[in-house]
Amino acid sequence: MARKGHIRCDTVSDPEIQDPRDAIIKVTSCAICGSDLHLFHNFIPAMLPGDIMGHEMMGEVVEVGSGVNGHLKVGERIVVPFTIICGQCEQCKRGNFSVCETTNRKKHLADKVFGHATAGLFGYTHLTGGYPGGQAEYMRVPFADTTHIKVPDNLSDEQVLFLGDIFPTGWQAAVQCDIQPTDTVAVWGCGPVGQMALRSAILLGAKQVIAIDRLPERLSMAAAGGAIPLNFDDDSVVERLNDLTDGKGPEKCIDAIGLESHVSLSQPDTIYDRGKQMMMLESDRPHVLREMIYVCRPAGVISIPGVYAGLVDKIPMGIAMNKGLTFRMGQTHVNRWTDDLLRRIEEGQIDPSFVITHSVGLEEGPEMYKVFRDKQDGCVKVVLKP
Amino acid sequence: MNFFSNITRDEGDPKILRTGSSSIGPSDRLSRALGWFSIGLGLVELLAARRVTTALGMEGNEALVRAYGVREIGGGVLSLSVDKTAGLWSRVAGDGLDIATLLAANHQDNPKRNNVAIGLALVVGVTLLDLAGAMSVSSRHSRGSGRVRDYSDRSGFPRGVQQARGAAKDFKVPADMRATI
Repeated sequence: MARKGHIRCDTVSDPEIQDPRDAIIKVTSCAICGSDLHLFHNFIPAMLPGDIMGHEMMGEVVEVGSGVNGHLKVGERIVVPFTIICGQCEQCKRGNFSVCETTNRKKHLADKVFGHATAGLFGYTHLTGGYPGGQAEYMRVPFADTTHIKVPDNLSDEQVLFLGDIFPTGWQAAVQCDIQPTDTVAVWGCGPVGQMALRSAILLGAKQVIAIDRLPERLSMAAAGGAIPLNFDDDSVVERLNDLTDGKGPEKCIDAIGLESHVSLSQPDTIYDRGKQMMMLESDRPHVLREMIYVCRPAGVISIPGVYAGLVDKIPMGIAMNKGLTFRMGQTHVNRWTDDLLRRIEEGQIDPSFVITHSVGLEEGPEMYKVFRDKQDGCVKVVLKP
Repeated sequence: MNFFSNITRDEGDPKILRTGSSSIGPSDRLSRALGWFSIGLGLVELLAARRVTTALGMEGNEALVRAYGVREIGGGVLSLSVDKTAGLWSRVAGDGLDIATLLAANHQDNPKRNNVAIGLALVVGVTLLDLAGAMSVSSRHSRGSGRVRDYSDRSGFPRGVQQARGAAKDFKVPADMRATI
């Protein structure tokens, strides 16, 4: 990242083993994530010029530190989860990997901003360690003895790459809804995480899944996965959701949008949010949160895999409180789900490669940030091949 | 810049050796330059309104010039933001206001008529730049009006959607993620 809105493909020095638990991988595939766009736009604070982006990557192990102790060997093929985990702290032992107490190397900074530090993340803000990311030819994997997912040779990169982030993120979003066979699940946003979340809800047996977006190509992909498409440019979200649920609202609502809600003249609160965001009076645009709280069935669940960075305004907590809504959110506990999800891919229940619309070389990455951000050429998911 | 980037790197992390391909094009650079120009001009109008009105023979219109200064700063901030297209088009609209205001001041009785004429020429030049920037940024960042891609063959379920419904019912939701409903 050169600066706000400016990504470059630079030549950098090779990563080196810094700690006995490190490994170096030769990256074979990496992807651009929706949350990379939040960093690209500088809405997530504490990125510095020269930071290496990317938190969805996989590759071949080319070097291991002395402390990896046989957990990884040179030549093995791994997907790297975006959350760096020690596997030994109290949170890791509970499966709360995204809040690992050990791996954030900027703990002093995160403690001051978050109250308590969360896990280190690859290619993300310095509040989560500022670790160099995986949109690169080679990458250092800290805590490599635990921070990896071994994948079999008979599955392609495209089938397993998303085990590192968007597939478990969509899965966790659905799992934390505790979906029942009678449930309607509404998913806001048909980007890559929304696509994974709605398919996870289908697999987990929801009665109906409703996918909300405005881009026809993304809605067509959502419909292909078994969801009922709802284009918010054409229909009122609240009215349509109530129509589809006998006026009761969906039991489970998933926010796969996060802090950059679409700004639209037909939704005055989105213009208000954009204005406040520009004047630095608010960091995030929470239109989707407001809509979910309003339309969700009383005693329902609001699941938030979409990234929020800081402060939001005008959240109707009174409605949420009186309706008795349950909120579940957080970065994904990737390794908590990956054994199960890898088995489902191997058994042919799902093939996450469906979401890839563009596959290019690493040097074309900067241009693809623009294409993905501007939603050009039907772009849903970009894979980069170093 | 690369040196500055490298001194902020953590010890042992990769350092930039050579820069390469970039996500920004000439129109993005023009937008950035116009954004900073707009902020600079806005500050001048805001902080030195009397000098501006005196130079143009428009004494008594300081409040109007300050208001235009605020508008320039707003347009500049917008041009530097992710909504640069809106920022540049707002600048084009603002240029129209500037031209109209200067034309109104360009009358026989104004002793600074020559300055007004120079100002008009400058504003027209900047307007052309703003227009070129707004059009090229709009074109570079628009979704385009071509054929919409159809992904209706991408279910992601190798055995089909019907087989997929409830296929993961064997999954046990962890106790810490159960719902109340």
